[in-house]
Amino acid sequence: MDPNQAKLLKEVMAADFTLIDLNLYLNTHPYDQNTIMLFNNCAQRAKMLRNQYEKLYGPLTVQNSPYKCPWQWINSPWPWE
Amino acid sequence: MWVYEKKLEYPVRIKTPNPKLAKYIISQYGGPDGELAASLRYLSQRFSMPTNEAKGILNDIGTEELAHLEMVGTIVYQLTRGVPADVLERAGLGAYYTDHDHAVYPMGASGTPFTAAYIQSKGDPIADLHEDLAAEQKARATYENLINLADDPDVIDPLRFLREREVVHFQRFGEALRIVQDKLAEKPFYVKKPDCMNPVYKR
Repeated sequence: MDPNQAKLLKEVMAADFTLIDLNLYLNTHPYDQNTIMLFNNCAQRAKMLRNQYEKLYGPLTVQNSPYKCPWQWINSPWPWE
Repeated sequence: MWVYEKKLEYPVRIKTPNPKLAKYIISQYGGPDGELAASLRYLSQRFSMPTNEAKGILNDIGTEELAHLEMVGTIVYQLTRGVPADVLERAGLGAYYTDHDHAVYPMGASGTPFTAAYIQSKGDPIADLHEDLAAEQKARATYENLINLADDPDVIDPLRFLREREVVHFQRFGEALRIVQDKLAEKPFYVKKPDCMNPVYKR
């Protein structure tokens, strides 16, 4: 994977992980308004980074991507490679 | 990685509890040909697949099986929801109630808890894909047995959907197997550097 792609992917991973962790916290603190605002801001940032990554390097999820032929979803590298 | 979607793949809305049926259907949750075994099998085997088509099909069918696991769990839950202990016992679920109350626990119809011994991950893609084809047929046959045992259209409808998915998965695994066989049958193509490029001969 080229270094620019790896760098942007790492940013997407970090942004998404922030959401995973805030999600768990909010499940047990559903009235924490400040954290809900933080979640919303982080979600927006994560979405932006994801769009940027997918435009340059192909789909991260199979849904919501416009595809051309041949179907790029199966392209390497897979995450375990 | 995975992200959860707060919906079922296909709707399950059972209006009348039927614990006897739940006792049988739980086999597709944690039984020998159930959805948990299917998902773990494909998601484990995908790592050692040699082509992108096979990696994709195992990854994505393994993912869909998790959605089926959720559907089967939902069916079991709705079939036993609010059913009193004595009714469960008369339906043959007295032992189940003792250990699990109204919870959903991964086990087969005969009460054997789920075990990874139901699956293999062989590292040989031909062997693995043949196992997957067999697994889909066994699951299809199990869904047909369950449909024969069921008399409630609310239960039969999602079971029919799950049965059809087994047929589709079998088809896709067959195609993946053909692609992998073709790739493995290709004549290997070697590029050999001419001897004059070899530093030993150069001097």
